Amino acid sequence: MRKIAIYGKGGIGKSTTTQNTVAGLVESGKKVIVVGCDPKADSTRLLLGGLAQKTVLDTLREEGEDVELDDVVKLGYGGSRCVESGGPEPGVGCAGRGIITSINLLEQLGAYDETEIETDYVFYDVLGDVVCGGFAMPMREGKAQEIYIVCSGEMMAMYAANNISKGIVKFAEAGGVRLGGLICNSRNVDNEENMIVEFARRLGTQMIHFVPRDNMVQRAEINRQTVIEFEPTHNQANEYRALAKKIDENKMFVIPKPLEMEDLESLLVEYGVE
Amino acid sequence: MLLRHTTDKIIEREALTINPAKTCQPVGAMYAALGIHGCLPHSHGSQGCCSYHRSALTRHYKEPVMAATSSFTEGTSVFGGQANLLQAIETIFTVYNPDVIAVHTTCLSETIGDDVNQICQKARTEGYVPEGKFVIHCNTPSYVGSHVTGYANMVTSMVKHFATVSTTPKNQINLVAGWCEPSDMREMKRISTQMGIKTVMFPDTSDVLDTPLTGKHEFYPSGGVTIPELVSTGDSKFTLALGSYSSEDAATLLETKCKVKFSVLDLPIGLQATDKYVMALSRASKMPVPDSITADRGRLVDMIADMHQYLYNKRVALFGDPDTLVPLTEFLLSMDMKPVYIVSGTPGKKFETAMTNLLLKKVPEAKFKNGQRADMFLLHQWIKQEPVDLLIGNSYGKYIARDENIPLVRVGFPILDRIGHSHFPIVGYQGGMGLIIKILNAILDKEDRECAEEKVELTM
Repeated sequence: MRKIAIYGKGGIGKSTTTQNTVAGLVESGKKVIVVGCDPKADSTRLLLGGLAQKTVLDTLREEGEDVELDDVVKLGYGGSRCVESGGPEPGVGCAGRGIITSINLLEQLGAYDETEIETDYVFYDVLGDVVCGGFAMPMREGKAQEIYIVCSGEMMAMYAANNISKGIVKFAEAGGVRLGGLICNSRNVDNEENMIVEFARRLGTQMIHFVPRDNMVQRAEINRQTVIEFEPTHNQANEYRALAKKIDENKMFVIPKPLEMEDLESLLVEYGVE
Repeated sequence: MLLRHTTDKIIEREALTINPAKTCQPVGAMYAALGIHGCLPHSHGSQGCCSYHRSALTRHYKEPVMAATSSFTEGTSVFGGQANLLQAIETIFTVYNPDVIAVHTTCLSETIGDDVNQICQKARTEGYVPEGKFVIHCNTPSYVGSHVTGYANMVTSMVKHFATVSTTPKNQINLVAGWCEPSDMREMKRISTQMGIKTVMFPDTSDVLDTPLTGKHEFYPSGGVTIPELVSTGDSKFTLALGSYSSEDAATLLETKCKVKFSVLDLPIGLQATDKYVMALSRASKMPVPDSITADRGRLVDMIADMHQYLYNKRVALFGDPDTLVPLTEFLLSMDMKPVYIVSGTPGKKFETAMTNLLLKKVPEAKFKNGQRADMFLLHQWIKQEPVDLLIGNSYGKYIARDENIPLVRVGFPILDRIGHSHFPIVGYQGGMGLIIKILNAILDKEDRECAEEKVELTM
């Protein structure tokens, strides 16, 4: 079983990319569970066809400690299993602690127990930046072993990716977590692909796939579906299948070498200004 | 040798504190809250915090200390403590019926960012607080400051919530009591009463944590400052803040809010600090100092003079809270004793300034430090480098005293293994005499026990 966490700047398209990739994997016969680690609980919407999910933390709050796995795991597209951690409403409580609580609870309940349920992949879809210890929970020892960072050629997305790499370094030294690569979710920035390839090289990793920008993604989202489900023959569906295949075959797992701020800026100047 | 691993070699430490000379903020907030009549302190956090803070106070005062808790669960930590606090407020007023609930926070509720001000406001507007009852609050994260900070924060919140200016000024003086014993608060009030001055002391834990055994349990004992008294502090003529660390913030807010002028004094421990207290009372009230107080002072001066030969040049190590240590150091100096080592876990520059002013000329070799890493370990290391004749501090000093064979005089918080502190003051002229007696007994008992046979003296 491979445990994978997807990180990246807020709004970069982590959830969309994750779900489309998962759709690609289940289509090829893989057994996948997706754990959304975002208080908004919208990480599995496309796989489930809507926000029908009762979150782990809602269930914990209502039922106390007597939570059953069936209460929180819902079956989605292609037999994918979907879980949402959930969390407090904006502005109160501690979302970071929520992720810790939720992941621990899922483990206790045996959500990843391969002897119970055959599982090839666990995907953690984590909110925004690694702002506190809670959001780094999926990186801790015994959790995800592989991290993919979704980014684009925009400055702040790369800055966030660099920051997340710093987090990975910290946990990689203590545990076994490694960076598997950058997924470039294109924003049609000048010279974007070359820049991310170079950025990845300097980080010591790879750009595992360049996902072009296509309005089909938006149309599929409006219909609460992944592109693979909504328009299986569209080119964008093939892009996600390609990404899924690359992840499935990936052998390059590294401890990243985060860049200094000046280096990051010079990279932008070098590649971003044509 | 319980502390046999302590060596005299001091290594510069960056992170580690060993045997801190302080405790949690909420302990102070809880103690201050008990100085309001009919008040139930409430700890907004997990149960363990509340249990520890209650037991810390109970073990010191030998009285049951009541307090409620928001009883955070794992779910509360994620979703925030609003629901728990609202429920707690409703339950407490229904079951325990206090006049006031004094809410303080804990590390957990602070870290998850609970907005206690907003929650208490919600409790008021949504009818959880019955007519004529009150909920006050303050923020007390223990990773900031110390128990003294927590005390100061709760005292300040009393002013914030209650002090009001009315149309009729009152001929009374506010006494903002710094952290001291119920016995000390009682003594400070006794002195002002002796001078014929009407005062409002807050907080006031006398008759709360030193109650007589009557056979009938009073959940809310007779003592403590009342709500009308707290409200009236805004109409007072003047405020004396006793101990800058624990009372100055409250006095400052009272001036800002109600234009009541104030001055900050030390707690009246020892001759000079009591002189300043009495004179400040006299100035503020325009009342003369009665002969009975002058006579008390004379008796203290007489005792200092008579006992000078036994106290002169004795080296003393002290630890505890700044508001106690500053006047105590001054008192020791006035008796020609030598306070050579002083530590306090409570941070803040005022301590260093005050100690420098006191010690620079008279005991230039003195070492003192407060805040992070100003701990019992450092104090012990200093003592190992060059010994002292006396140790003054709370019960935690007994390990050093035992290992180094130094007499220990218990002053401060917490005192867990002796009694008397709740009942016999160390403030005022009489309290000063009490302190001298304790110091002399400790030094002379050791002398009598250990001196050569031919040196044993029957008479002083």
